[in-house]
Amino acid sequence: MSDLLKFDLLSASIALKNKEFSSLELTNAYLEAIEQTSALGAYLEIVKDHSMDMAKASDKNIKNGTARPLEGLPIGVKDMFCTKYIKTTASSKILDNFCPPYESTVTQNLWDDGAVMLGKLSCDEFAMGSSNETAAKGNVVNPWQKNSKMSPGGSSGGSASAVASRSALAATGTDTGGSIRQPAAFCGITGLKPTYGRCSRWGIVAFSSSLDQAGPLTRTVSDAALMLNSMAGHDKKDSTSANLEMPDLMNYLDKGVKGKKIGIPKEYTQDGISDDIVKFYQKSINWLKVSGAEIVPVSLPHTKYALPVYYIIAPAEASSNLARYDGVRYGKRNEAASLDEMYEITRGNGFGEEVKRRIMIGTYVLSSGYYDAYYLKAQKVRRLIKEDFDNVFEEVDYILTPSTPTTAFELGKKQDPLTMYLNDIFTVPASLAGLPGISLPVGLDKSGLPIGIQLIANSFDESGLISTARVLERSAEFNFIADGAAK
Amino acid sequence: MNESINLKPGQINGETGIWEMVIGLEIHAQISSKSKLFSGASASFGADANSNVSLVDAAMPGMLPVINEFCVEQAVKTGLALNAKINNVSIFDRKNYFYADLPQGYQISQFTKPIVGEGEIIIDLDDGLQTTIGIERLHLEQDAGKSLHDQHPSKSYIDLNRTGVALMEIVSKPDIRSPQEAGAYVKKIRSILRYVGACDGNMEEGSLRADCNVSVRKLGEEFGTRCEIKNLNSVRFIIQAIQSEAERQVEILEEGGKINQETRLFDTSTGETRSMRSKEDAHDYRYFPDPDLLPLEFSDSWVQKIKETLPELPDLLKKRLVTDFGITPYDASILVEEKDYVDFYQKAANGKDGKLTANWMITELFGALKKESISLSNSPISPENLGQLIDLISDGTISGKIAKDVFAEMMISKKSPSDIVKDKGLEQVSDDTEILKLIDKVMLENEDKVKDYLGGKDKLFGFFVGQVMKLSQGKANPGIVNKLLKEKLK
Repeated sequence: MSDLLKFDLLSASIALKNKEFSSLELTNAYLEAIEQTSALGAYLEIVKDHSMDMAKASDKNIKNGTARPLEGLPIGVKDMFCTKYIKTTASSKILDNFCPPYESTVTQNLWDDGAVMLGKLSCDEFAMGSSNETAAKGNVVNPWQKNSKMSPGGSSGGSASAVASRSALAATGTDTGGSIRQPAAFCGITGLKPTYGRCSRWGIVAFSSSLDQAGPLTRTVSDAALMLNSMAGHDKKDSTSANLEMPDLMNYLDKGVKGKKIGIPKEYTQDGISDDIVKFYQKSINWLKVSGAEIVPVSLPHTKYALPVYYIIAPAEASSNLARYDGVRYGKRNEAASLDEMYEITRGNGFGEEVKRRIMIGTYVLSSGYYDAYYLKAQKVRRLIKEDFDNVFEEVDYILTPSTPTTAFELGKKQDPLTMYLNDIFTVPASLAGLPGISLPVGLDKSGLPIGIQLIANSFDESGLISTARVLERSAEFNFIADGAAK
Repeated sequence: MNESINLKPGQINGETGIWEMVIGLEIHAQISSKSKLFSGASASFGADANSNVSLVDAAMPGMLPVINEFCVEQAVKTGLALNAKINNVSIFDRKNYFYADLPQGYQISQFTKPIVGEGEIIIDLDDGLQTTIGIERLHLEQDAGKSLHDQHPSKSYIDLNRTGVALMEIVSKPDIRSPQEAGAYVKKIRSILRYVGACDGNMEEGSLRADCNVSVRKLGEEFGTRCEIKNLNSVRFIIQAIQSEAERQVEILEEGGKINQETRLFDTSTGETRSMRSKEDAHDYRYFPDPDLLPLEFSDSWVQKIKETLPELPDLLKKRLVTDFGITPYDASILVEEKDYVDFYQKAANGKDGKLTANWMITELFGALKKESISLSNSPISPENLGQLIDLISDGTISGKIAKDVFAEMMISKKSPSDIVKDKGLEQVSDDTEILKLIDKVMLENEDKVKDYLGGKDKLFGFFVGQVMKLSQGKANPGIVNKLLKEKLK
């Protein structure tokens, strides 16, 4: 019943500084909202006392005039981020009861900027999945048409569901092949995957190291800008983190798209996309045109290989990254007579089906005799995909595509892993190329489910991405609230 | 066995003919770095179990490796000292396998693109000959932890202190032909590493270990199937293991059998090798580039800068010692074995008789130190004092015989030789009149012998010299004694 839930991240931040309400009041409103929406299953861990302590500290800072950029704003954290002394499981049984004695760089950046932690959000196990159905603790429900139990998407399904259901003001996510953008699209919110290297991966449970990237899931594009400002930054502890200054994204909210060139890749308008999405894709193109952008047809010829390439590289890296979950030092262990048996039982019981499938695929493609035909070839094609983008970005400033081929699907409906993988067909290419992408809601389909549109920018052009997304956001006037949202 | 055949070292005279060994070595050298290759944890030896373990070493979720630049520099330095090609771009790969003391489930190593490529070194053999051994590559990699299987009846304990410690793996070409060459090769590599400062070369602490690939073939034939003997930690074991492994292979082949390519362990108690795992059981390591690490890239000018920091290396140093100090190549090769030796020698021999200094250092000083189990760095005789002793001999102040007594006193009292000579009045007597007095006395006391000598018993000359020396308590200058005696006894 709280009016406080109406505030988005940016407006709440202003209201807090104007002392319209306190962080403790805002945080309490969210803690209540979490209880109210608990049936959605978004949260794995709620840290009420910790949240309230942080809120009180924020109120002191606001009172003392020492408020930081995210002071007092309650947010949720995807369970892939290690949070000091707070259970971190990556939604896996194998890390059941794992409490890291350290905090990930990205979450530490958020707390250092004053954000208040609400709890840990469910996701697909080790971020492997596109429906949040691989989570060990069970499904998360999309707050849109909550009675028909739609998937919130994945892997950041808990984050998307929480933000869309107003049980978090914003949330962190990680995106390896679309894990921020696809759930954002399914849940009618904004999801931004920054350029690979923009956010430190230190302290984030690794899935596929050359693809994983943290980013915000928020209600608005401005909120994404505000939050990414705090999350991003060079980190010496991550050798792949970019040593580049990120401009203050809040300065780019209203730069517009006049004179900018928007590429429309012909490969992204093929069969299998729902009519409503095609319709809103067309509308989005027109909005940008009307706002002064030039629309340019482009071609990314290697797009069709993106999914197979992704499903070689990501599992290959995952098979190695997940080797450390062996029951020896932390996490769950099933005792056995021999070391090999202990590994087999521990990992056999600890990992879910999808994770095991990917470990098997990854092990296979790296095996001697298969390496050249799979992994090495996939790396070569990955370079071609990147070159496609490099060529296109010589002609245009941004690329516009649908975020997903369909809107949210019913939980339990997609049993075949290959059909599931097709969900990421529009998000995977930018991931392989390391490019920043944002998905934002632009409308509802016939059945009332949100439709997301994706913008892709050149490396490290998050500022331009924000400017352009803001134009779309204003044109689309997407003001719908999920029926399952806290009231 | 046909004893009359002249076998070269490393050759085995079998029933069917002469066999030759083909040996290649993989040396694992721990880099002398305070911290580990990819983490800030201490790399020191001998700490309490699991006390030098960072979150990265323990492979906690989300932890990432960060390259230790010092280790990269040491690898490049070593590569340059091995006359090897430095690869300006190299890549870290993951070598995947499961073991309880390998927390990540993979070892970070370099597979396809190592930091250092081909090179070569010259090794010195006991017979004074030299031979060149090719270097295939040098790469950086992490060490694994330690499994302790003997601490509990049913459990194994794991110590992760060594996990992630920086190693250089130096791979030779299969150019080595005898266990002795293998030993000389390891000694040379060890010496180079110590000169460069990249590794302390301490084999007892495991800072330097070798895997030996051994095969045999009939002279002039193709390479045979090889076996790898793992983890040898002394030159003596390397020599023993290679010899016994080669003999085992010859025996099998001569009985018409086949060598199975396999990994073997050397049993120090039996002096023989035994099978550890066969090729069929070998791991598929699924190497792939580590996506957590960027390629190592450096410019030529950076490599040049590293090159400028290299100390004078043993081969060149040896040549210079021969030219500058006039010593034999053999003495020079002993002196350059350790940087300590050469530094000591150069200080001691500065402005002195180089040859004499080398003799005294190698024979007397090394002998005395070895007897007392003292290292050169703790020698009671300083290089300056040894040099002074050489001067006292050279300028005739003391005789070589007295010098030995002075040396013995120096070993005990640490006093300077000139002080000892002064305190004990040991200066050599070179004054003709003094010596003539002694000669007269001896001749007077031995009139009959003088008669015999003059009558043709030449051999008695030595007797007179000895008597004069005895009378002078060894202080008379033997040269002058000789000269004057000859004149007197004409």
